[in-house]
This record gives sequence, C-alpha cells and structure tokens, in this order.
Amino acid sequence: MLGLTKRDTILLLVVAALTLFAPFILNPFPEGSAMAQFNAGYPDLMQRFVIFGIFAVGFNILFGLTGYLSFGHAAFLGVGSYSAVWMFKLLSMNVLPAIILAVIVSGLFAVIIGYVSLRRSGIYFSILTLAFAQMSFALAYSVLTPITNGETGLQVYTDDPQYLMGPDSPTVTNLFGLEMRATYTLDLGPWSFDFNAGYYMCALIMLIAVYLSIRIFRSPFGLMLKAVKSNQQRMNFTGLNTRPYTLAAFVISGMYAGLAGGLMASMDPLAGAERMQWTASGEVVLMTILGGAGTLIGPILGAGFIKYFENIFSKINDTVLHQWFAFMPDGLEDFMVFLVHPFIGKGWHLTLGILFMLVVIFLPGGLVEGGQRIAAWVRGRKSAKADTATSKTEPAE
Amino acid sequence: MSILEVKGVNKRFGGLQALGDVNLSVAENTVHAIIGPNGAGKSTLLNCLVGKLIPDTGSVMFDGQSVLGRAPYEINQMGISRVFQTPEIFGDLTVMENMMIPCFAKRDGAFEMNALTSIRSQRDVLEQAEAMLADMNMIDKREMLAASLSRGDKRRLEIGMCLSQQPRLLLLDEPTAGMARADTNNTIDLLKQIKDERDITIAIIEHDMHVVFSLAERITVLAQGTPLVEDTPENIKGHPKVREAYLGESA
Amino acid sequence: MDAIILQILNGLDKGSAYALIALGLTLIFGTLGVVNFAHGALFMIGAFCAVTLNKILTISYVTIDATQKDFLGNPLKVQNTYVESWFGPNLGAAIIDWSVPLAILFSIPVMVLVGFIMERGLIKHFYSRPHADQILVTFGLAIVLQEIIKLFYGANPIPTGAPEIFRGSLDFGVLLGFDPNAIIYPYWRLVYFLFATAIIGGVFAFLQFTTFGMVVRAGMADRETVGLLGINIDRRFTIMFGIAAAVAGLAGVMYAPINSPNYHMGMDFLVLSFVVVVVGGMGSLPGAVLAGFLLGILESFASMNQIKNLLPGIDQIIIYLVAIIILLTRPRGLMGRKGVMEE
Repeated sequence: MLGLTKRDTILLLVVAALTLFAPFILNPFPEGSAMAQFNAGYPDLMQRFVIFGIFAVGFNILFGLTGYLSFGHAAFLGVGSYSAVWMFKLLSMNVLPAIILAVIVSGLFAVIIGYVSLRRSGIYFSILTLAFAQMSFALAYSVLTPITNGETGLQVYTDDPQYLMGPDSPTVTNLFGLEMRATYTLDLGPWSFDFNAGYYMCALIMLIAVYLSIRIFRSPFGLMLKAVKSNQQRMNFTGLNTRPYTLAAFVISGMYAGLAGGLMASMDPLAGAERMQWTASGEVVLMTILGGAGTLIGPILGAGFIKYFENIFSKINDTVLHQWFAFMPDGLEDFMVFLVHPFIGKGWHLTLGILFMLVVIFLPGGLVEGGQRIAAWVRGRKSAKADTATSKTEPAE
Repeated sequence: MSILEVKGVNKRFGGLQALGDVNLSVAENTVHAIIGPNGAGKSTLLNCLVGKLIPDTGSVMFDGQSVLGRAPYEINQMGISRVFQTPEIFGDLTVMENMMIPCFAKRDGAFEMNALTSIRSQRDVLEQAEAMLADMNMIDKREMLAASLSRGDKRRLEIGMCLSQQPRLLLLDEPTAGMARADTNNTIDLLKQIKDERDITIAIIEHDMHVVFSLAERITVLAQGTPLVEDTPENIKGHPKVREAYLGESA
Repeated sequence: MDAIILQILNGLDKGSAYALIALGLTLIFGTLGVVNFAHGALFMIGAFCAVTLNKILTISYVTIDATQKDFLGNPLKVQNTYVESWFGPNLGAAIIDWSVPLAILFSIPVMVLVGFIMERGLIKHFYSRPHADQILVTFGLAIVLQEIIKLFYGANPIPTGAPEIFRGSLDFGVLLGFDPNAIIYPYWRLVYFLFATAIIGGVFAFLQFTTFGMVVRAGMADRETVGLLGINIDRRFTIMFGIAAAVAGLAGVMYAPINSPNYHMGMDFLVLSFVVVVVGGMGSLPGAVLAGFLLGILESFASMNQIKNLLPGIDQIIIYLVAIIILLTRPRGLMGRKGVMEE
C-alpha cells in the first residue's frame, strides 16, 4: 500500500491506530480513581507526544541514517515557532500558512547552517552545530529582539496588523475556522475521553511525516545515507559525493524540526528563545537514542516515553508516595519515600539523566533493541536455540 | 595505447622526498604491477592517482584527461576504481546493499535525490547487483552483514563492487596483504578471471612476488620514490638492480 | 589605552577559567581519547566544594546570653560556630574568612576521588566505543551530577565570599601612570589569574619534567607504541583523569567568589570550553591555554560599549563566531596536530 512493503504498511497502520485511539489508550483509568494520575489523555500532553514525535523522527533521518550527531537541532524548532507566530501576527490565526512558513524558513536556515557545519565531521560537526544553535539562542535573546521580542517571547497582540483577519475570524489558532483548542469530551460511565481538534491535526501531520520517513529509509537516497554512516572513504571511491547527501539529510531533518516548532506555536501561539537552547537539542538526541536511533519506530517511542514519564514523574509528590508505601511499617514507609523522593517531581531530570546513561551503556540500540532482545529471549526459550544472527541482520523497524 | 600517463611527479612530505620524478605509463588492457620495498612510495603514488594526495609537480593523465585537482569521487566517475589494502566496504550494510551502491553510482552519478522512490522498484540495479554477486560466487551470502564476512569474502565483495562500476582502470593496493595462502590463491584466480573476461586495465601494488608473477604483464620497480626499471616479468626476475634494491633492503 | 588594558584584565579571569577547563578536557581527550561532556560538571563540583567547606566551617550551636535582650525582651540567642569556639575567636574567624582558599586543600582529594570513580566506573568502558556514544554518556552524566547538586543545594546561586583582604579593588592604572580610577581591578580576580597561571605552569612542568609526565606525553603522541614498550599506560591515564578532574575542580573552587556557584554553571562553561578546545586545536595543551585566554579577552573586548554600539550583540556571539571561522579555515585549530580526530 502507498508503495510500502507489507511490513512497513503494518507498521504505519499500527502507528496510525495508536494515534487515532490515543485518547482512549492514554486514559485507561476512570476519572477520580487512584490510578487516574497515570492517565495522559489530556489534549496538551497528547499534542506534545506527536509534535516531539515529529521532531525526533526528523532528527533520526540525520543522526540515525548518516550518524552525524547534531547538537543544535533546537535552533530549527525555535525558528519554526518564530516564523509561525509571525504569520499569526501578520495574516490571521489560521495555522496553515504558519506551518508552511515554519517549514520553509527552517529549511532555509538549515541550508545555511548545514552547508557550513557539514564541512567537518565527527565531534567537530557536533560542536559546530552546537555553536550555531547557541549563537541563534544568544541572538534571539538580544539583538534580534525586534523579530523575537527578546526575553518576553514572541506573541500575538491585538494591535498586530493581521491583514487576512475578517471581522468574525476566530481570535484563537484555527484551521479554516476549526479551532485548535476545540475539544469534545466523551463520558462513558466513570471514564472520560477528550478528543481535541489540534491533537488530531498534529497526529495526521505526524502520520504523513512518518510515512515520508519510511519512504526515505527505503529509497536509494536512504541507502546512500546509511552508506555515509558506514564508510565515507568507500563512498568517495565509488564515485559518490557525500556532501550533498548529508546536506540533504540535514535540511530534511531541519524542516521536520521546523514543522514541529510551527505546530507547537499553532497549539499555543507563543515562541521563546529558550526553545532554542542546547538543552532542548539534547532532549531530542535523548528521545532518538532512547527509542532506538536508526530504526523507524524508535524515535516516536522515545518521544512518547520521555514526554509521558516527564508528565507523570513531575506530578508525583511526597503525599502520593506516602499513599503508595502506606502498606509498609511506618519507619520503612518514610525511608522508602526518602529514597524515591529525589527522583520525582522536580527530580525528573535526574531520573532522565540516569535513564539516559543506562540506555547508552547497556542498550545502545534503545527501546527497540530492548524489545528485540526480549523477543529473541522468548523465542530462544521456545526453540532452545537463540538465533542471534537473524536478530542482528534484520533490524526490526 | 596507454590509458594512464604519469609524468614527472614529485611529492614531498616536509623534508622527505616521497616521490621523485616518477614517470609511468600503463598500457590499456594489461596488468601492470608496481613493486618495491617498504617506503618506496608505492602507496603515495597510488594516492596521487586517485585524488587522495595532490603531487607537488608533474601530471597524471587518465585517458587523455588530467586527474589532478579533482575530488576522489570525480576521478572515480572518470573510470578509475580502487581496491584498498584492508577491504573498504560498508560493514553495517548487507552484501546485497553493498553491491547495489556502486550500481546506483554508475547509473545516477555522484548525487541523485531519489528520496521517494523505493529500492525495490529499481529493477535494473537489482538485477545488475545480483548478477555481480553471482559472478563473485556470493549469491548465498546476499543477506549477510558485510562486516561479518571472512577476510577473503570481504576482498571478493570489494572487487565485485569496483567491477560493477565497469571501470576502465582497476587499482589494487596489496590485495592479498594479511591473507592466508588459500585466500591468496583464490584472489589470484579471481583476478585472472577478471583479466580474461573483461575489457579492463589493472594496476596492482603488491609485496607478494607470487601474486605479482602470476598476474603481471609489465612490472615497474619503485625504490626510494623513483622508478628503477620497467620491464616484463621475465626480465625483472633476473635484473641485478632489482635484486640489489629489493633484497638489499627487505631480505 | 587604559580602556584596552582594562578589557584585557577583565578578560583574564574568565579566560583563566576557560583555559583551566580546556586544559583538563584536552588532557582527557589526548590521553584517553574520550570526549568528556561531564567536564563542566567537575568545574561546578569544585565550586560547590568551596560552598560545602564554608557550610561545614560555619556549623554553629546556639547559646543564650542572659545579659542581653533581643527586641522582644527575651534573652538573646547567640550563634556560635564550633570553629571559633575551638580555635578562639580570632583564629576561628580567620579560618572562616579564608574558607575559599582553604577549600583548595579540601577539594583536591574530593576531585581526584570523583575523577577516579568516573574513570574506573564509567569512562573506562567507553574507550573503544564511538565518540558519539562517549558524548552521549558523559552528557547524561553531566545532567545527573548537576541534578544531584541541585537536590542538595537548591536552584539558587549561593554567594561565597573571598577572604576579607581580597575584597577590595586594585587601582591598577595608577601603577602604570594613568589617572586614578581609570583601571580598577578587583584583587580576587588578580588572585584568580595568578592562581590559574600557577596551576597551568604546574601541569606543564609536571608533564615536562617527570618520568610520569613523559610517559603520558608519549602516550598522547602514540598510544600503541608506548603500550608495546610494556608500560602500563592505562593506570597512568587513570591518574591523568584524576589530575584533570582536580584542575577543573580547583578552577571551580577559586571561581566561587567571582560568580556565586549555581548548579548549571558547569554546563554554561562546558559549551564555551569545548569551543575553546576546538579553537586551540584538539589534543594540543598549549593550544587550549592560548585559546582560553584569547577568547576570554576577545569576549571582554566585544562587550565594550563602543564595539557593542558598532556591532550590536557581538558580545553574545563572538566566541561562537570565532570558533566557526577557525573551524572552517584552520580545521585543526590554532595549534592542532595532524591526525587528531580526523576521519
């Protein structure tokens, strides 16, 4: 279907089903129950899942295929957001022109940064991208204030021109009148499910983004990118010019990041410089690695995983912990709360850092590799003969 | 008719004269071996031919065109393929994918933005790659990762990859270095077969005299960066100057 | 002229910090071949060593002075530090006042230990892994270390004072014959610069004149050959990691009075120090030091009003801009050697 193999089609359909039914899947616990804190089916959180999914899928096209580790991809995210908000300020609150401009501007930006940075490889490339991103961040904060509104961040004001704004155009972000914040809540007994317009628009765009990424992975172009990662010397001595290949991958992944930035602004018409900081670039690296760099599904898994646990962990506090460990004797309960306390609430970053280290140390292939290992282990127990060879040669994507 | 003309090439690294006034002419459709003791400048010369190094002076003409100042990929597209001392292949890719890449490079040139076509739809490339795998006797290994091949198979794959570009000149840099006897003999047989079946010129740098004398039609002896003699294998064998340069240093 | 001297002086203290961190980064990179993104965290831990020692020295108990009343009419509660009661009020107060310099002694064993644990426990396993993996795992470690510090010390900067006698400023201009107040330079920054110079000199002397240093330098140049000579290079490299950690830590300790320690100071300095290393030339120790001071001074010049008016925002981006230009025109950096980190 759509020029994909059966396996890839199934993969795409699974992703489609998961995103389509996400409001159900992410809200498995009845409202008001003790487990409701593990629900994640809120519109803004679900939007973040898919938007960061797009960001990570795009990053994976560069890092996963070519092995070029960019530490500056947040710059494109920020550029996308700024462009989108400018469209809201100049035209109207319709998200379509905003998203289109976000992709175009971040693409152009990526051409410039990529052209310069890709003249070096390895750690030099990482540091060049880092330097560019930090420079963009510093500029957005200071000199470019007329464009970025400095520390306050760019937002839409009532006295903005908004040339395409009709008398009864919506004043919130919308797609030809469909408001992004519009939410239909379905109450089924004690359960409650939110269906949000903005989420479904982002989800649809993510599916297209994933589809395109699968096509790229399976194309001759994708093969060349993998070849760049594997052996540049052989590339050159096979009559292939690696520079345009890597630049194309860089620009494509920059455009994905810009798209994500544009969508972020479309859900909430704000853009701030902190979106460009290198810690934000680090986050997308983390998502990709955690899920499994170079695999099709990994980045989405990683983005979902990090955003989900960020939300859950940040919400848990000591009161909740005391409830959990209430079955223990008093002293032990306090001790357990004391032990767990540093990792929850504001300590989420600590948990994330540890998790990240563990993944890089023990599971360089990320969650996807973990799944494969478990699958191989189960199969191995059945057939008593673990065929590690096959699990290596067929990266299950 | 010579396909490769090297004239008056000099190359210095700091105080070291790596190549001194090298003249070399390789005739079309022959096997030309370049031998010489360690440090004679063989690899430097090879690197000058493929664009990895640029000589300080002199000219390198391939088929009437200068290769100097061109990037390695451009020189390759002119029709020169190179086999490395340690096989340079795409270790993370399968054998079949390895073989497809040069086929794409031959068909589409140095860069082609075909990001939305599927590899499976590229029938011509698939057939070409499979045919070459069959020629190399590797069809049963097509789904293996190239990195997991044996040394001999890696070499075979690399030669196959170079051949599938249909180069006019194949450069081999010590193709049997570090190989067991059996693998060496297999490689000699493979190269003989290539020489017999294809319209191709082969230039080979080699240490192993067994390999050189089984394959070469002309031999150039390089010593201290300068060609000593150039002759047929028979004449080279008994040449006193060669014995002196060679045995004097390496024996 | 006086303005130029002032800017050079202003650039020296930041430049010293860059140089010290970059020196450690280069030592680690040159010896172990590891790109250490957690090096900034070591600098931060050093600064928090100063904070910790200050806290320890000011641990106090409360006594009640019945002769005095507080404003509510209750007997006055007096905070007494143990240090003062042990060593007497004069010496005790002096010890507390000198807590930052004293923290040097305290921090060396701490930092060396942290360095050893890091190297043996984590970095060791990444020698043969790709540089990307090294960057990623040390990046994760940096996050963890910074969050741990945040957990114990909170998110706010903790002011940590220099000893009383260094708190003033030196009218440097008068010494050179300029008008009074033309070049005012705080004493502590001068101390920091001299301290940094001494440390840098010490590291170079150590590498130059000891057998240990000779082996390390040989190892940096050609690890395999040195390994073949039967010298246990790995153990020496572990020690080098400890030394590099101590250098970063000392840079942090002494920096505490200049910039109140906070948990993200490591990351802030790390990015810039990496840029410094690249500009200086990966693997070159003199390059790291030279580039550190150069960029510190350059940054200080860029923040002059005259230049800022001419090129707005230049102070924010000058270092990155220089790095980009250098990387593109001299890929090996100012003093880089051939073959380091080149594919």
